[in-house]
Amino acid sequence: MTETFTPSPLFQRVERARRRKPNVRDTHVTLAHGSGGKAMHELIEGVFLEYLGNPILDRLEDHAVLEFSRAGGATDRDAPVRLAYATDSYVVTPIFFPGGDIGRLAVNGTVNDLAVSGARPLYLSAGFILEEGFPLEDLRRVLASMRDAAAEAGVQVVTGDTKVVQRGGADKLFINTSGVGVIESPVRLSASGARVGDKVILSGTLGDHGTTIMIARGELELETEIESDTAPLGSLVRDMLDEASRVASLDAVHCLRDPTRGGVATTLNEIALASEVCIEIREDRIPVREEVRGACEILGLEPLYVANEGKLVAIVSAGVADALVARMRQNAYGRDARVIGEVTAEPRGIVALRTGFGGTRIVDMLVGEQLPRIC
Amino acid sequence: MKFIDEYRSGDTARKLAGEIARLATRPLKIMEVCGGHTHTIFKYGIEDLLPDSVTMIHGPGCPVCVIPLGRVDDAISIALQSGVVFTTFGDMMRVPGSKTNLLDAKARGADVRMVYSPLDALKIAKKNPDRQIVFLALGFETTSPSTALTVLQAAKDGVENFSVFCNHIMIVPALKALLDSPDLQLDGFVGPGHVSTVIGTRPYDFVVREYGKPVVVSGFEPLDVLQSVYMVVKQTVEGRVEVENQYARCVSRGGNLKALEALSEVFEPRDYFEWRGLGSIAHSGMRLKQKYARFDAERRFDVPGLRIADPKACQCGEILKGVKKPWECKVFGTACTPETPIGSCMVSSEGACAAYYNYGRLSKIAGRAAQT
Repeated sequence: MTETFTPSPLFQRVERARRRKPNVRDTHVTLAHGSGGKAMHELIEGVFLEYLGNPILDRLEDHAVLEFSRAGGATDRDAPVRLAYATDSYVVTPIFFPGGDIGRLAVNGTVNDLAVSGARPLYLSAGFILEEGFPLEDLRRVLASMRDAAAEAGVQVVTGDTKVVQRGGADKLFINTSGVGVIESPVRLSASGARVGDKVILSGTLGDHGTTIMIARGELELETEIESDTAPLGSLVRDMLDEASRVASLDAVHCLRDPTRGGVATTLNEIALASEVCIEIREDRIPVREEVRGACEILGLEPLYVANEGKLVAIVSAGVADALVARMRQNAYGRDARVIGEVTAEPRGIVALRTGFGGTRIVDMLVGEQLPRIC
Repeated sequence: MKFIDEYRSGDTARKLAGEIARLATRPLKIMEVCGGHTHTIFKYGIEDLLPDSVTMIHGPGCPVCVIPLGRVDDAISIALQSGVVFTTFGDMMRVPGSKTNLLDAKARGADVRMVYSPLDALKIAKKNPDRQIVFLALGFETTSPSTALTVLQAAKDGVENFSVFCNHIMIVPALKALLDSPDLQLDGFVGPGHVSTVIGTRPYDFVVREYGKPVVVSGFEPLDVLQSVYMVVKQTVEGRVEVENQYARCVSRGGNLKALEALSEVFEPRDYFEWRGLGSIAHSGMRLKQKYARFDAERRFDVPGLRIADPKACQCGEILKGVKKPWECKVFGTACTPETPIGSCMVSSEGACAAYYNYGRLSKIAGRAAQT
């Protein structure tokens, strides 16, 4: 990856337009606004922030980091307490799918949003919107799965809410979970933390969850053995931070994200834009399961844009990359971890892919919805 | 994936690209007609591998891109009528009409559903006998046979609540119109692959006979496209002008007779059909024959049927003809982006502008733009 790119007038023109303040021209919410891609970013930055914006929300990370200073005391005890706080709603259809269900997803999704802040996830809330007529048997199944997922992730559901709406007012079952975790180490992780020379680590195969949901809907009459990758990432993050401080320091880990809707492509674009760097990834290093690749080929989907529910992307100093990958591979949820690229200086704010075929192309954020209601 | 990876080998690509560079000693402009090829070229960065002497021109073979505004408006007006379930392929959802698109119509309450095949639309019709199910059919001879077979199936099963809003187009009249355009300068064609699985390679003979340009019908994997470029270059260097078939594993000279039979049973050419950017082209569109008129949404529903001029700022026409490169259009990448497309070339991932925008901003092409 030695050759450099030539920025051109064309490129600059597009970049200027790309960084314009979002201007929401739509008069109605469309499914594209829920895609995790550009339309959703426009809605959040152009509408939500206008009304609800504040310095913490404006950072637009997957979680908020809240700092409290302790009263009194000296030395160490002056260090502020840092809490991570995150929320997510789950509307996936179908609610049961190979590898998991809406309950397991609702626990792991919020746990992961907390984990990538470097926090130890502790407590969850759970809100349920039930459609009239929803079988209690199914509710029990979902709850059992939430119980098991919470146990695995080491969190407790400590508060909750239940609402029932008329038939048609919701689709079977929607779940919202919020969570808090405590950031015990002085780690500082942020989408704006990527630096030139850093390595990009991916914890495993791409696209398993999105492809599973697509096939589970049965519209395509495909039969495969693909399963959702829904998993809690807390232990993997702890292993990584532990390894980083063992071989160098916690500062060597710059950014962690879990690439859900919009896939790895969208996550890397967010990091490239927030950090003002270029992220170069190599197609031949990106692990994709054979079945997922086949299904995506048939459906015309790109694994880079397909949702994951148990993977993370890490931006780390080059010096610790190999040690981190080796340690991640010892964790059940990081067995296929590898370095997939690196951070370079120019052109800023973009993700570039070296294709296995020998060419180069830009990997932009997803524009419309690739597939609605996957989580 | 076995049987596919063989067509994506980087090593073979480099060897082939070396051969092309050796042969192409003078500047050559080659048009890939089909949007699928455009997509492959950008997705795999094929232009990075080509020598400076070979320029690819991205042709009009993206059916979504050439749908005129007025037809999209007609589609939306049908979709908004009460009792209608409007079905279409996913990439039609965001295609702009004069004011809005189908995704918006859906948000405003129209029942618009994505399907993967017209047969899925027919299934919806059978399941919902109290609704009118309309399928927006579009595409070249690649997709028209499946529409034809669905209409035949509907007729056989006596389905009364199913109709087709037909926007099927034909490749040969489009090629003719392109070749007749005075500002076109081309040395040869990478011919469409999927279309040719249906129509065969024989219909392209006129390109060789009347216009003296080589045609190589190509498959869609990156090595297919690269090899086809090589074959076109080789023809020009050796002074040959022929129709060659690189995609012989799927395409025959005579085409798919069963599919052609279904097409001629169900469809007839329209006198004129409008193409976005290219204007009206004689005998280029298809409509349902009188015999199947009951399945024709244009006859079943009131549609405005207005012809709406392309937006002034938009230079899709020049881009589709290869006269201009996407970045030479004033609104490219600024007012016209994949999120808010003005021109249709920006809508579908097979459109030349969207391909440049999404994939090509880095490549050698961008470097070339810097020089011009």
